[in-house]
Amino acid sequence: MIIKQVSVFLENKSGRLSEVTRILGDAGINISAFTIADTSDFGILRLVVSDPDEACKVLRDSDFSVQTTEVLLANSPNKPGGLAQLLEFLNAKGAFIEYMYAFSMNDDQATIVIRPTNMQRCLAILEEYAG
Amino acid sequence: MIWNRTIECASRDEMAAIQSERLIRTVQRVYHNIPSYRTKMQEKGLVPADIKSVEDITKLPFTIKSDLRDNYPFGMFTVPMSEIVRLHASSGTTGKPTVVGYTRNDLQMWAEVVTRSLGMAGVHQKDIVQVAYGYGLFTGGLGLHYGTENLGATVIPISGGNTQKQIQLMQDFQSTVIACTPSYALYLSEVMQEMGVDPESLKLRIGIFGAEPWSESMRREIESKLKIKAIDIYGLSEVVGPGVSCECEHQCGMHVNEDHFIPEIINPETLDPVAPGEIGELVFSTITKEGIPILRYRTRDLTRLIYDKCECGRTLVRMEKCMGRSDDMLIIRGVNVFPSQVESVLLSMSETEPHYLLIVDRVGTLDVLKLMVEVQEQFFSDEVRQLEALKKKITHNIQSILGISVDVKLVEPKTIERTAGKAKRVIDNRKI
Repeated sequence: MIIKQVSVFLENKSGRLSEVTRILGDAGINISAFTIADTSDFGILRLVVSDPDEACKVLRDSDFSVQTTEVLLANSPNKPGGLAQLLEFLNAKGAFIEYMYAFSMNDDQATIVIRPTNMQRCLAILEEYAG
Repeated sequence: MIWNRTIECASRDEMAAIQSERLIRTVQRVYHNIPSYRTKMQEKGLVPADIKSVEDITKLPFTIKSDLRDNYPFGMFTVPMSEIVRLHASSGTTGKPTVVGYTRNDLQMWAEVVTRSLGMAGVHQKDIVQVAYGYGLFTGGLGLHYGTENLGATVIPISGGNTQKQIQLMQDFQSTVIACTPSYALYLSEVMQEMGVDPESLKLRIGIFGAEPWSESMRREIESKLKIKAIDIYGLSEVVGPGVSCECEHQCGMHVNEDHFIPEIINPETLDPVAPGEIGELVFSTITKEGIPILRYRTRDLTRLIYDKCECGRTLVRMEKCMGRSDDMLIIRGVNVFPSQVESVLLSMSETEPHYLLIVDRVGTLDVLKLMVEVQEQFFSDEVRQLEALKKKITHNIQSILGISVDVKLVEPKTIERTAGKAKRVIDNRKI
């Protein structure tokens, strides 16, 4: 499944992350998953939220640089070797992943977010895997 | 030592007569040889015959840096290239340098004014002059070089950089004079300390410093650290290079070699001459140059002129240390930097107006340039490597335009303070 992820440019300075979460919280937007890619100078905060368009709007209003990116949601069995099996399949089929992070987990399923180089191709591979 | 007593100690009337004769000749030459000058004079309804003496100089049109750029590279030369024996260039506002060409006579005149400057500084034939200005397109190195040879002193053409070797040669060759930028002089003293070299053990007695602004307190610091007399020399490549003016041993303003370069001070807003002794923008007309004579060139340097006779005996008018600029040019490590250069680089990389801030600091004794760029959404990418590539590209493009290294930092939107809607472009933290 394709969903919209919200990316925010952050300088490495204290208080910025809490500010983003407060703005989203005050706007009634729920954060389902997030990750931070950081370098020595700056970071990129990536979020999966209940209302991506509204999240972009409220963050822009507070002068953040924001962008939406399409990412894929994939399920994998919640057991040892589950993720390995999924990634081996993607690898064997030639899908290239820019980045990925965990989304949610219950007793038997884990959901992960994947940003592939080629969205449509990876989606097809995932469907083949699930099917 | 007064190298050319007849000129340097001439009465005001004698000087005015020399200037008048040479100005009249220069105006005729540029009017007949350079279309852009002719057009400008015609627009003011002027013909060469209207210039009858130096008093008439204020009737002439101004020349600005962009005139040189618009005629890049050789459009302002009044002689055929076969008579040009050397080219120099300085950095321009959009990446195109300002080019100047010298005839054989121009080089002789330049050597003469640098020799006079060295005389003013107290240098004589027995001195050993270490020229640590850069040799190349920049006028500093070769300018000082030929002046020193013309004086008959010994020149060490070491050029800039290579600091430990500079100090080694000061010890081995017993240099008595150092010529470089004032910030490099301070850096030399630091490295001496690191190397355990006591300045008292050296033979250095005079420093000739220019190419960047420096204050009286910096002068005192250099003088006490290096145990020398620090002399200010002024010049710009559009006029000739170093040697346009220089301080004498009394350090009370730089004597202008006004038989070659006529100085004026104007109000940069109204362009009218200011009252004698008032501060304004310095303007120069060259009256002996053949390759690229230049009339009423606006230097953008702010200073004032002092016509009193100096204790040294010279009557040449003196200009005070420059007190700032009438434009936003920065001088960093001897290199001219305009914020507009940075802006044009950023504009070429995005479609909307970039927000940026240049910060100049003096770390130890060296100037460092930092550039903060706001990551607007047109720059923002979700991928780290694209942002890092962007940063690299900005760094590279700016370095290749400015010719000095820059430390780029990507910052969030609206980080850079706006005052009255207009963003501040430059913070200069240097204490000079």
